[in-house]
Amino acid sequence: MEQLSMNLLGAAFFLYLASTIFYAVSVTGRKWRNKQGEVTGNRWGKAGYITAILGVVAALGYFFTRWAVAGHAPVSNMFEYVAFFGITISLAFVIIYGIYRVNVLGLITMPIVMLLIAYGSVFSTEVQPLQPSLQSHWLEIHVITTAIGQGILAVSFGAGLIYLLRTINLKEKGMTKRTFGVEFIMYTLVSVIAFIIVTNAFGAFDYEANFAYINEEGQQAEILYELPPLFGPNEGELLTEDRMEPWLEMPDWIESDDLNTVAWTFGTGLILYALIRLLTRRRVGALLQPLFKNVRPQTVDEVSYRAIAIGFPVFTLGGLVFAMIYAQIAWTRFWGWDPKEVWALVTFLFYAVYLHLRLNRDWHGEPSAWLAVVGFAIIIFNLIFVNLVIAGLHSYA
Amino acid sequence: MDEIKCECGHLNPYGTEVCGSCGKPLVNSGSDRLLNMRYEGAARRSQTYNKSIIDKIWNFFSSVKVGVTIIVITLLASSLGTLFPQEMFIPPGADPATFYAEEHGALGQVYYSLGLHNLYGSWWYMLLVAALGTSIIIASIDRFFPLYKALKSQRVTRHKSFMKRQRIFGTSRVDNEDTTMAQAQDILKNKRYNVREENGNLLAEKNRWARWGPYVNHIGLIIFLIGASLRFFPGMYLDENVWVREGETVVVPGTSGDYYLENEQFTEEHYDEDDERYEAAMAEAGEGAQFEETFRTDAVLYAPDEEATVGVDQELEEIDRHGIEVNDAFHFDEYAVYQVDRKLDELAEMTFDVEDTETGEVVDSFTVDLNNPDGNYTLENDEVVRIHSYFPNFYIDEEGVPTTESDVPENPAFIFEMENENTGQMEHTFLGIQANYDVSQDEEGNQYAFSMSDFDTNHVAGLTVRKDHTIPFLIAGGGIFLIGLTQGSYWAHRRIWLQRKDGEVWIAAHTNKNWEALKRDIHAITEQTQVTTPQDQTDETHEEDENQQEHIQS
Repeated sequence: MEQLSMNLLGAAFFLYLASTIFYAVSVTGRKWRNKQGEVTGNRWGKAGYITAILGVVAALGYFFTRWAVAGHAPVSNMFEYVAFFGITISLAFVIIYGIYRVNVLGLITMPIVMLLIAYGSVFSTEVQPLQPSLQSHWLEIHVITTAIGQGILAVSFGAGLIYLLRTINLKEKGMTKRTFGVEFIMYTLVSVIAFIIVTNAFGAFDYEANFAYINEEGQQAEILYELPPLFGPNEGELLTEDRMEPWLEMPDWIESDDLNTVAWTFGTGLILYALIRLLTRRRVGALLQPLFKNVRPQTVDEVSYRAIAIGFPVFTLGGLVFAMIYAQIAWTRFWGWDPKEVWALVTFLFYAVYLHLRLNRDWHGEPSAWLAVVGFAIIIFNLIFVNLVIAGLHSYA
Repeated sequence: MDEIKCECGHLNPYGTEVCGSCGKPLVNSGSDRLLNMRYEGAARRSQTYNKSIIDKIWNFFSSVKVGVTIIVITLLASSLGTLFPQEMFIPPGADPATFYAEEHGALGQVYYSLGLHNLYGSWWYMLLVAALGTSIIIASIDRFFPLYKALKSQRVTRHKSFMKRQRIFGTSRVDNEDTTMAQAQDILKNKRYNVREENGNLLAEKNRWARWGPYVNHIGLIIFLIGASLRFFPGMYLDENVWVREGETVVVPGTSGDYYLENEQFTEEHYDEDDERYEAAMAEAGEGAQFEETFRTDAVLYAPDEEATVGVDQELEEIDRHGIEVNDAFHFDEYAVYQVDRKLDELAEMTFDVEDTETGEVVDSFTVDLNNPDGNYTLENDEVVRIHSYFPNFYIDEEGVPTTESDVPENPAFIFEMENENTGQMEHTFLGIQANYDVSQDEEGNQYAFSMSDFDTNHVAGLTVRKDHTIPFLIAGGGIFLIGLTQGSYWAHRRIWLQRKDGEVWIAAHTNKNWEALKRDIHAITEQTQVTTPQDQTDETHEEDENQQEHIQS
């Protein structure tokens, strides 16, 4: 069963890939004309949509078979949550594409979904037993609702990014705030790809470097690095032979192995990004830009706004309301200023700001698109950084 | 101030920009720019008066710009509080004055000096939230009533320049106005529009109630904030911790002696190592990794027997019992007791053998309850062991004096006192964990020697007692907020006006959001009647190229 479940996730991944390709063809391919000679577009968009739906079906198959195996919904560790977040994005895409039928939205959303699933798979994929505080149906209700809300909000990022790539001139010489912004987004996406490559490469050779160190409670402990240690733990002493000595030693309150991974991610991301720039002699955004030249900016602006309008109440329900109910039951208090709680509040406030600014027409279009990007960055920050780097009640995996 | 009488006869309050009835622009009437349709151009107090200090305060808080600024500051402040752990999360016993500097360096020192270690309880954070609440109330009142009146008094037939200055506007020549209007009416009714007719003109409107969404959700937020602030009133809120040993009965803190709780047994269960589902995960975590499954305190609740005389030994009457687990609190009266912590295998009893060194025989042994030791113990030979000193958690302080750190028997040590039969002197023995010394004053050795022969442990349950009378307010506020949010987010207020003017059919449309969806509704009319597609007047370049058509309509 567990194997079947993982196979279904693999199948979903390839269906999303197929969907990406179909959407790419629909955008770049030739337009078809009907008998009267009118442009009717082509059918590749429909193929993309169908494969995307099939991908969602396969992914939900993964989700529910794993649920059956584990006895609890697979949303309780980093792999399970990140993969599920990817799945909810694809689900949200299927709904929103149904309303607006914008093919480029699939072209940008499907790769984001694939990146997330691949990213999640870097963490341990084993089915883990639940600690007592997680043994509650409220865990499932809270996390699933939050993920769906975030998935819908992520679609607004996709649409916002399309808006930026469509409207900003990325061929102009010299750097402006806008070209820098777009390129920074591109660099971040490249870094995620770099991270997946690097972890898989070292993972293939079973790279391990074990350290003895002093943890934040002042006790002797061991820590295992799966990437070469650039940043070592507090008073760390290498236990594994033939491994490089860390460049820098970190204080005990930093999760040094995670920081090391972050450094690897953005370091190799930078190398990869620089290589693309050097080889093509163009901005990465400019390479993608031709794909979006036929997009009507107002339409993607509205898609981006609509996704936030739909996703915000869902996120509020899952990330704040259900979260409070669950916290009252499991942790005796509905609110305790745990970092994850605070960042859920920050996300809520941020999108509240977006919705209020949107009342003013001056904020439509490009400013909205930038805000959608920042909102997604906050969600990802809360998902990855707050879980892994800032210690708190939500630390898992 | 005077009311403004529009040419249609409607009386509008001072400050109105667009006539509430016919829609004629009352200011800048010569302009051909798009009409500002926010709040229907109705007179808002904040836009009309700006003389007294009250006006100025009102205007300040009613501004969306100010509201957004307050939210942004709250957002930045909140996130700043997660840079380093808040005071409540630092290890118990750590002194915040030194903790932040030691753990987080100079930045930590600054963090502490600025009071950011207690950010969410600081006066300025509370002030921010209060300002946010004020802004929500004033901004809502300032907008709701004018908007409500304007939408209620709107007429079907609209002024020419109202039509022309809508974002979506078009005119079409048709063969027969009557048929076209009738067709359009049917189409719009099919699309669930509420269609009103007046002098052959149409107003199709749908989901007006969505406009009230923001005001409903703001009411919910205010109730929530009021509920949250009630916590600071006495008697509304209780948060106490208590440790209860197995077999021990304690008064439930915060209940002023109304309730007692006994810990009958504490159980910690672990996941079965042979559980196939988790085999791989457990193997990955390695040997010795603990996978806790359950923490449970089997608790019995008592109340003092009211009929018994009030005295030192009150009779307790059992009321209820419950296995308290994480996620399954013990609820009684207005209280809830939660399982939050545990201390396993704390020392509970120690048994000592007493040996007469002259005969080499063990005279007797005695058992000391470490949490409630007796003063002395009579042995079989009628000799008496007196506990001279008891240190539940022994250590030697800076001045070299033996003392105890707490009442918790983590490192118990004793000084026992017995009478030496030969000398009649009192002799003393110090006994601790891995420590056994003769500490008598005289030079001779002690007659009696002690040794620990046995010990017993028990578990201690860490429980939290809660009472929170603010929760009903929070539930009401949160519920209303969600209803309002849904109402305003998932429905859009759409209006389409169709009018006969000079032998043409004029069409105009307005929505507060999702224009593309509105255009699709209009598309249904233009497709099936002779009405031509109106322009979106915000499209600067009214390009009609193939690609655009494809994207609007496909």
